[in-house]
This record gives sequence, C-alpha cells and structure tokens, in this order.
Amino acid sequence: MQKMLTIISNVLRGSASRNGARVVVSARTYADFTPQATFDIKKCDLHKLEEGPPLQAVLTREEGLQYYRTMQTMRRMELKADQLYKQKIIRGFCHLYDGQEACAVGIEAGINLSDHLITAYRAHGYTLTRGGTVREIMAELTGRRGGIAKGKGGSMHMYTKHFYGGNGIVGAQVPLGAGVALACKYLGKNELCVCLYGDGAANQGQIFETYNMASLWKLPCIFICENNKYGMGTSVERAAASTDYYKRGDFIPGLRLDGMDVLCVREATKFAAEHCRSGKGPILMELQTYRYHGHSMSDPGVSYRTREEIQEVRSKSDPISMLKDRMLSNNMASVEELKEIDVEVRKEIEDAAQFATTDPEPPLDDLCNHIFYNDHPMEVRGINPWSKLKSVS
Amino acid sequence: MAYLRSILRSGKNGVPAVLRREFHRTLPAAMQVTVRDAIKEAMDEELERDERVFLLGEEVALFEGAYKVTRGLWKKYGDKRIIDTPIAEIGFTGIAVGAAMAGLRPVVEYMSFNFSMQSVDHIINSAAKTYYMSGGLQPVSIVFRGPNGAAPGVAAQHAQCFAAWYGHVPGLKVVSPWSAEDAKGLLKSAIRDDNPVVFLENEIMYSVPFEMSEESQSKDFLIPIGKAKIERKGNHVTLVSHSHVVSRCMDAAAVLAKDGIECEVINLRTIRPMDMEAIETSVMKTKHLITVEGGWPQFGVGGEILARIMEGPGFGYLNAPAVRVTGVDIPMPYAKLLEENTLPQIKDIVFSVKKMLNV
Repeated sequence: MQKMLTIISNVLRGSASRNGARVVVSARTYADFTPQATFDIKKCDLHKLEEGPPLQAVLTREEGLQYYRTMQTMRRMELKADQLYKQKIIRGFCHLYDGQEACAVGIEAGINLSDHLITAYRAHGYTLTRGGTVREIMAELTGRRGGIAKGKGGSMHMYTKHFYGGNGIVGAQVPLGAGVALACKYLGKNELCVCLYGDGAANQGQIFETYNMASLWKLPCIFICENNKYGMGTSVERAAASTDYYKRGDFIPGLRLDGMDVLCVREATKFAAEHCRSGKGPILMELQTYRYHGHSMSDPGVSYRTREEIQEVRSKSDPISMLKDRMLSNNMASVEELKEIDVEVRKEIEDAAQFATTDPEPPLDDLCNHIFYNDHPMEVRGINPWSKLKSVS
Repeated sequence: MAYLRSILRSGKNGVPAVLRREFHRTLPAAMQVTVRDAIKEAMDEELERDERVFLLGEEVALFEGAYKVTRGLWKKYGDKRIIDTPIAEIGFTGIAVGAAMAGLRPVVEYMSFNFSMQSVDHIINSAAKTYYMSGGLQPVSIVFRGPNGAAPGVAAQHAQCFAAWYGHVPGLKVVSPWSAEDAKGLLKSAIRDDNPVVFLENEIMYSVPFEMSEESQSKDFLIPIGKAKIERKGNHVTLVSHSHVVSRCMDAAAVLAKDGIECEVINLRTIRPMDMEAIETSVMKTKHLITVEGGWPQFGVGGEILARIMEGPGFGYLNAPAVRVTGVDIPMPYAKLLEENTLPQIKDIVFSVKKMLNV
C-alpha cells in the first residue's frame, strides 16, 4: 500500500512539473491527506415522510476531487458557452447552468449510470454527468458535425445513453420521464428514472396528470424540482399559489433541501432512489438552487432581480466554493492540487472550444437524414418541386 | 354453416373438430371479418409476438374498449400489457412516448382523435421530431390509434378529421385504412415499425364486414405503409379517397357504371408517405382526377394531392383541371339532415364526375 502511494505521488509530482507550474507538491505525499471525513448536512423539510435522509454525509477524498472536477468543468464549460454566444458562434437559445452545478453532480452521485434521467432545456450540465464529453457538447452548441446530435439538435436537444435530453417544451419532459420509469418497471431491471423540472414548469397541468399516474401505477420515478426562484423573469411568488413545490405532489412524499450543497443533494438522491427501488412508487425532491445567468443568453437577468442578490449567492452559497472550503479545511486536498485541477479543466475547455469552432458544419447531404429509424431510403421534397433530396436512416 | 363446411372438408374428423372448437384449422379460404375484429386481431397477434408491445388508453382494459375494439385483450394479457389510463390525454401520451424512448413499443388508444389535440405536443414535439433532433440517437417506436373523422350524430367537437393535420408533419407516418384487411395488415406494420405512426380508424367502418383473404389470416400478414390500393379499375376518371369515404366512392362508381362511366377508385391507405406514383399512373390512364375526402377543404389531403399532380408528370395528361370533393367547410352540425349534407354523398361524387366529364 505504501509503495503504491509513493508511486502515485511520484506520478503526480511528475505530471505537475510537466505542466510547467511551479508547484510545491513534492513536499507532501498522497498519504498526508485525510482519506475521508464526515460532514453535517442540513435537515430536509419532509412531506408525508416519517424520516428523511441522514443528517451527515461521508465524503472520501476521491469523491471530493471528482465532484470538484466535474462541477468546475461544468462551470467553465457554461462560461465558455457564454463567451461563444456573445461572439455569435453559438446561436438561438442557450440556457446556462452555472450556479446549479451541485444539483447535477449530486444527483448523479446518488444514482447509477444504468439509471435514467431526463430534464428540460437547461441541460448542458446533465449531458456531461450522463456521459457526454465537453467536446461533443460544445460542438453541438456551435452546430458542427462533431456535436453530440451531429449538429442537428443544438443546445436543447442533446442525448446520450439513458439520458433523454434536453427538451424544449416546458413540462413535456415530466410525463416522458414517467414513461421511462414505466419501462423500467415493465422490464424489471431495478432501474429508475430521475425526472427534472423547474419552478416555472411546476405549474404545468401535465405534471399533475403525471403525478397521478406515477402514483397509481407505482412508477420508479424521482421527480425533482430545481427551484432557482425564477421561471424566466417571473419570481416564484408571482407564479405559484403555493411555493412549497415539494408538497405539490400531494399524495407523493416529498423533500425540500439545499440544492447548493452537493452532499445534501447526494444523500437526498440516495434516499429517494432507495424509496423507488423498494417499490414504494414515486417521490418528489425540491432542490433550492440559483442560476447566476439570466434565463437564457438573451436575458441579462437583472430586470427581475438585483445584482446584490446574485452577488450574495455567489459569495455565500456557491456550490464549488462550498466543496472547496470543506475539503481544504479538513485537509482532504491542497490548494495547489485544486488549482491544478482548475488548470486541467481550463485546458480541456479550451481544447473543446477550439474543436467546436473549427470542426466543420454538418454536410448538406445530411440535411434530410434521420427522419425515420431502421427504414429504407426515401425521397424528401426540397424547397422547389424539382428538388428531390435523399433521406437515409 | 361452418360446421357443414368442416364436415365436407374433413369427413368424419370434421365433427370432433367442430365440437372441440377448433374452427381455425378448418376455415374456408376467405372469411368475413369486421374492421373492428381485424384491428383487434392485429393487436392480439403483435402483443403475442413481441413482449415489448403494450396498449394504453381510456377504457381499453376492463371496459373492453369504448368501441369494443380491445374486447378480450385484457382478459388474455392482464394489467401489465393492457393499461387503463385516467382521463389525462397529454399525461398518458407523454408517458407512452417516454416508454417508447426507453425501448418499449406502446400502442396508444384515443377514444377519438379529437381528444388527441390535447396530446398533439407529445405526438409532434416529443415523438415525430426526436429521431431527427437527436441526430439519429433516439428512435421512438409508437403507434397512436383511434377513431378519426365523422361518426353519426356526434356533432362538432367529436367529428373532425385529422388526416391533414398529422399528414403535415415530417417524422410521422400517417395511416388511414378502409377495409378489414387494410386495418389488420397496416396496424401490424405500424406496430412493427420503429417510428411514430398515427393510425386513423373510423367508427363508421368498425362494424362493416369484409372478406379477408386466406393470406390475410396469417400472423405475419403485413401491408406496407406507403402503398395505395386500386379497389376498382376504370378508364374514365380516377377517384382518390381514404377511410370510410372509399365506400362512398365504390358506391358512386357502381352508379356511374350504369351510365357507362368507369371509375378507377384508389384507396390511399397511407396519408404520409403518400403513394403519388399510384395516383400518377392512374391519372396518366384516365386523364381525370377527383379527390374525395370527409375532411375540411382548406389545406386538406385533396389539396396536397392536387398540388403534387400540378408539380409532377401527371399534369400533362389531365384533360380537365383536377378537383376536390370534401366535407363542407363548417363545424359538423348535429341534425341528421344537416349532417348528411356536410359530408360527400354518393350523389355528390356522381355529380362531380359527370360535371368533370361534361356529361
């Protein structure tokens, strides 16, 4: 064990100097850090539940570093998207997720990749946690052939295995997610579906239809409301007669928790997953979170909220800072190590952005493809009657 | 009657066969089956063939279907495969599409396609467009079926024809059968198709019996989606129609035949993709085209056919401008006299043919 640790620390040291950074890693080995620590996490508000998730969470060093890296990657990726949008390299709709990273990372930490997940249009973070690469995501945003949907979907229509997007119609993803859960139950594979929606979508009728059916049929579905306090430009108080989103499932048990704390989110998700897998039916989670950007890139985000509010959340509740502080104050990582991760992440994003801006757009003869799956080639009418285009599956 | 036939065919063995209720093996070559039963047979066979197929909709299970189309299926397959839903169209359509995304093969029943308007977002945005938007990553194998168009006395909110609405959308296949064979073969194809299919039945046709060929009684009998059928050959005028109106065309053709006018009646069977080749080939022969439908005239199925004829090789062969015979451009009234005068009748088709042919 000791030998292995020394080897690992040598490798770390070696890679540190290769990056050219003057890093003082050499003085400390892997074994110097605390391998894991237990943290108190906030109690969840409960609805129709006798007990909730535990009040403490154990975080290992590996987990901490992994969550940090993923959240940082997500953050930098979204900020890069902001830049590219302002340069008009990304067009149309672009809904950024920065500020909400703990939700995506915490949820994924509480389920398996073999489970299923669906969300709405603020989906870049989830595309990443569900297995997409930064390159594919950014190239999709810039509409290139190397994009995760071959450039045909754009920001709101990204898919990977067991991740059903990316959905542009507010609220539509909720019954879809319950349908995925129905398939999970039908096929008997002990998988579940995490079905996300926002505080704005929470007022959609189809969500209540879905609550009813999911509960009736005991579907293994975790409904998660990411309450970032604003549905586009309308604050929750102005849109909802009841802002207790975790109670709106009525007969569905619910929990409300701090969505800025990745450990809180993880423990609650584990709790909810256990509930579903034991056949008890659906459960609802409300994550109280915040988005730094406006609703989308066309919204500066300050006409309906104050800059002071945004700044306060950034300084007091930022999910990445919270995790970083926890790890540093418990000696689970060093400042330099985290900085190194930042450097690597920055590089990854730069590479991805480079790819996303240089990869060519999809070829024109791909225009009519992918209309039907597993079908014979067909002709598609073009813009004028003499234009007959080819379509293959 | 069946008893007699079986005796004649299998001699002394015929009696025990009949008594043992093994009719199936001693059936005659062709038999009479209603459209309703043909639809049910199709679903039964596909449910048996593939475990991933399941049905959902209002009253499909215990009630045996609002129009009794699914009679017996719940008793045979149970709660897991035949699911009664609450009255929540947009919710259960979304759930069905989600299940299809995750690999199952749902068949969604709408008690009437008029109710599908509540679900249209899922049919189009969640089902039809998804395979394209995902760059080929996410197929959606699903069938949406139910009665479409006119039914006697149901009035405005329950009588609209949605062929043109769904036929408008790339990514959907839209099927509109007429006969029992159509219904069976096309529904089986629709269920086996890996893409979203809108299957427009018609209540008027449910109880109509048709002769089903021996071939059509096989469990693998499929009619390809996208191929029209010439129900009646003729040389003087082409009548193109779909669903229950095909019956009217056939009746009108019989009337016109007495005057020596031979109509070629084309049963479209599929609205999207439409079999223009069949129509064009017929038009090149008859040189006259009338489309006949129950739906509204503006932006309808007939409008599309006429536009394509204009743009294609058929135009040069026409001896008269092609015309459309359609439902009247009004919401469907209730009173019988008014209702009758809202849909194309035999006399309307006969009139249009004679006017076009100048006789």
